[in-house]
Amino acid sequence: MLRLLNIELQKLRYNRSAKVISIVYFVLITFIALIASIEFPLGSVNFRVADQGIFNFPFIWHFNTYVAAILKIFLAIVIVSMMSNEYSYRTLKQNLIDGLSKKEFVLSKFITVIGFALISTLFVFIVSMILGLSFSDYNEFGIIFSDMEYLLAYFIKLVGFFAFCMFLGILVKRSAFAIGFLVVWWIVESIVYGLLKWQFFKGTDIAETISQFFPLEAMSNLIKEPMTRLGAVQSAATQLGENFTKSYDVTFLNVAIVLVWTFLFVYWSYAILKKRDL
Amino acid sequence: MQSILTLNNLTKKFGPITAVKNLSFTIEKGNVYGILGPNGSGKSTTLGIVLNVVNKTNGSYHWFDGSDSTHNALKKVGAIIEHPNFYPYMTAVQNLALVCKIKGVPTSKIDEKLEVVGLLDRKNSKFRTFSLGMKQRLAIASALLNDPEILILDEPTNGLDPQGIHQIREIIKKIASEGTTILLASHLLDEVEKVCSHVVILRKGESLYTGTVDEMNASHGFFILQASDMGVLETELKNHAGFGKIKKEGDTLVAYLEEPMDASTLNQELQQKGIVLSHLVKRKESLEEQFLELTKNLN
Repeated sequence: MLRLLNIELQKLRYNRSAKVISIVYFVLITFIALIASIEFPLGSVNFRVADQGIFNFPFIWHFNTYVAAILKIFLAIVIVSMMSNEYSYRTLKQNLIDGLSKKEFVLSKFITVIGFALISTLFVFIVSMILGLSFSDYNEFGIIFSDMEYLLAYFIKLVGFFAFCMFLGILVKRSAFAIGFLVVWWIVESIVYGLLKWQFFKGTDIAETISQFFPLEAMSNLIKEPMTRLGAVQSAATQLGENFTKSYDVTFLNVAIVLVWTFLFVYWSYAILKKRDL
Repeated sequence: MQSILTLNNLTKKFGPITAVKNLSFTIEKGNVYGILGPNGSGKSTTLGIVLNVVNKTNGSYHWFDGSDSTHNALKKVGAIIEHPNFYPYMTAVQNLALVCKIKGVPTSKIDEKLEVVGLLDRKNSKFRTFSLGMKQRLAIASALLNDPEILILDEPTNGLDPQGIHQIREIIKKIASEGTTILLASHLLDEVEKVCSHVVILRKGESLYTGTVDEMNASHGFFILQASDMGVLETELKNHAGFGKIKKEGDTLVAYLEEPMDASTLNQELQQKGIVLSHLVKRKESLEEQFLELTKNLN
């Protein structure tokens, strides 16, 4: 295990672009804190975003994991290129000749993916903790550590997404095309959802029932958008006669779907590699 | 003899094309083997299969006594194929350190191996700044890191300039003289003749010859003979213990020697038996002639 992680880290450590993008990614996560400083005058009062309750425990777990997850595309680039580089440098072949098995190769990449997700989760935890302790209205121990499932969901979401990127990297062999494929896949999911929703099953919930099994949709369902949950937005909506009654919980079904996809992506990566002549 | 690699009826098909057909041979410890064959004869595919990067269609192979998995066995093997593959953004030392991690050997030998291939002064240069010859030498250093039981080289001098070719050959000879088993794939006949003790000759994925270079080379040579009474000459030669194959070529007889004999001895012996030669030439076949002969016969 440690040997495989060690091998992969050696490959990443000296790769300048991978290093730069990873650093940018983690710096950007810490910049979530900057939201706190956004303020603008609203009539006679100064409107501060930080005072609107977005940094209240436990809501902050939901809000920060949601915002931080948007940044995952940066790491996706690193992961796709760490797969496709092995093809373009032909080092995959050399690694196998040197005595790495195909299983070990895929595992070393997947362990790295888990490592990236873990560090990201840790970062989000620390940043949220600092922000929350500075701005939250409630600082009781029990409240701070409630709703922690959003961190778990964030971790699983990253692992699932990165496993998808890893699979695309192996499948397509070229970083740019793999990223393109990712975008195309996202568009296809949206089109299929649109067709189901507005053509085939108009006026029912069947489209949602089906689309929750799509990989990207499942990942995005893990952490639902937190905006409409904000007190300010809710009261504004009530005045307009709109009522948000949706659940923002992390559901077991969503977690299970993403875990199954993760397993499939890793397994397919291995299967492709095993079948291919290099 | 301890066997290092055994192939049994190995077959590889790429769609309708059969790249390797029922190939069987054994590599034994301490010898220097050459795999000879024209381009596209299946040399690299064969090596690819035993090196775990190409999937076989049929047949089997095993490393050493066959008790270990291929990828674990490969940790005791050093191999370079076609052209050197390293991470361009890493220095020579960093690349070799990575290979050490994969093979599970200590990094202490890096400097020693860089010295062997004469790259020690460039050890902290990035791989992408290397010339082809240097890249190839780095690949050899990398293959030597684990002090391999066998060193596999696929076209190691391809694309190099004469100096580079010479350097690589010197390194190979040096390694061979230290008793390391070597398997060298090449289409350059003189290269194999100069370095190898055994050859496997491939053509269109089939093995035409497996054995020592000396045997293939008909190292005792052959006589081209002519006499007034060819019938008597032929009978005499057939009864002679020193000759193997005898064939007619135009007006002459070509007799292949099975043991060393010089032309004057033969002349004397035949004269004692009343056969007077009108034509007597002793020649040695080059590997190239033998190779062309072997590959031609099957056309």
